[in-house]
Amino acid sequence: MLREVLLRSVLPPVAALLVLLALWEGLVRALGVPAFLLPPPSAVFATGVQEARELAASAWVTAEAALIGFGLSALVGALAAVVLSSSRLLERALYPYTLFLQTVPIVAVAPLLVLWFGPGQRAVAASAFIVSVFPVIANTLSGLRSVEPALRDLFRLYGAGRLATLLKLELPSALPHIFTGLRIASGLAVIGAIVGEFVAGFSEGTAGLGILVLGAYRQLRTDLMFAAVMCAAGLGIVLFGAVSLMGARLLRRWHPSAS
Amino acid sequence: MPFLAPELAPPAPDLLPSGSGIGVRVTQVHRTFPGGVAALDGVDLEFTPGSFVALVGPSGCGKSTLLRIIAGLDSATRGQVELSHAPDQPHGSRAPIAYVFQDAHLLPWRSVLDNAALPLELSGVSRPERHAAAREILGQIGLGDFTHRHPAELSGGMRMRVSLARALVTRPRLLLLDEPFGALDELTRGRLDEQLRALWHELGMTVLFVTHSLSEAAWLAERVIVFSPRPARVVLDRVLSLPRRRAAALRLESAFAREVQALSEALERGGA
Repeated sequence: MLREVLLRSVLPPVAALLVLLALWEGLVRALGVPAFLLPPPSAVFATGVQEARELAASAWVTAEAALIGFGLSALVGALAAVVLSSSRLLERALYPYTLFLQTVPIVAVAPLLVLWFGPGQRAVAASAFIVSVFPVIANTLSGLRSVEPALRDLFRLYGAGRLATLLKLELPSALPHIFTGLRIASGLAVIGAIVGEFVAGFSEGTAGLGILVLGAYRQLRTDLMFAAVMCAAGLGIVLFGAVSLMGARLLRRWHPSAS
Repeated sequence: MPFLAPELAPPAPDLLPSGSGIGVRVTQVHRTFPGGVAALDGVDLEFTPGSFVALVGPSGCGKSTLLRIIAGLDSATRGQVELSHAPDQPHGSRAPIAYVFQDAHLLPWRSVLDNAALPLELSGVSRPERHAAAREILGQIGLGDFTHRHPAELSGGMRMRVSLARALVTRPRLLLLDEPFGALDELTRGRLDEQLRALWHELGMTVLFVTHSLSEAAWLAERVIVFSPRPARVVLDRVLSLPRRRAAALRLESAFAREVQALSEALERGGA
């Protein structure tokens, strides 16, 4: 069965990737495209191996900031949703302003973050947080709102208080929605961290992937840029995968989206 | 609202007084929904302790609304619902009422055992005690081997039985059922009807059963009330002349057919 799954779901994307890479390599070589414009995949790979140590160190710096931002998003976002869901009036009054988080151009706000937090990890994590918190709020809120009315009746009939209803009914009911929000937030947190680093990532110590990309750009080391971008994308995928896996494990026994 | 601590070790069936249910008196109950739709327009009814009464009527006639008002899940626009107190019940405490919905409405993230134990959990009964009570009622209802399954792993009929166990785990004095078996196939439904009747004999609570199936009403209940279309009026209030102990074969007897016929005529008289 495992073989069948592998054949069906892993083989096609891998095959597509290989074809794409081969085309890329072939065209770059055949047309003699200069490496600073578009390096062939083999060169990117070679650079990746050569600079593996620096890439890994940078990826870790970015990952740390992204994880802090993501963790804050999960915590603050879920909490904010619980508060907003506690009263219609509160939701009506405040929810429109959470949209601000969704629409704010992070690149424009990032300098502000440097002013407030100083350059370095804290400003970068704040950027990751701002970019990723909205989907958590929006999805958790819609989850908390979508509890079956009959179950609310049941809890009322048995005299359940606010807290018991929240912990034993609303939050578990909202869990699939919360994980949808977290999955979206996980990818956004990495993007937010990289953007944050562009503006706020300069500090002593190891530079994050965003800084690495900027540095490579200034030296026209396009191969290193590509390698760093791949690392950033990989980071996002790993975080997304981890969150998805956690969700699937938690929801495995009861929710159709998990199977 | 504080809830009566349920008795966890029920007395042996033969010791249970047949009248351990509570009585309900409904006086001039009106219910008008926002928008002006009247569901109930002055309903007067009295249900004696320990009786099994079926409420039938066309769908949307307001019989479910009446049930919700009796349960305290909805309130009457006008009129009164009074509940009598069981003899061994301290005055002023709320009578243990249980409610079974049209669908099972289980918590999908909980095991069968924890679903059945939920009402006790919400009223603060300790874990071992509520699990023991849930295990016992699940055993009685034929789900003793499924306590650790999750609702998604059960059939529709089994889910409904868990829902019934959840309602009975507090040993309620008044059991309200709102078309509980409507979504099930004929065979499963018949079995659940039998099980419900057996549990009623054993536990002696008052049962109000809303259904739109006349034959289900006649087979289950001692007394059937037929409602008109909205706003609900009582068209017929009939005590059935059928034996107290009923077997599945009763459905084939002429006495049974006569009762169903009477109900059907009343339904048409009130309805069309």
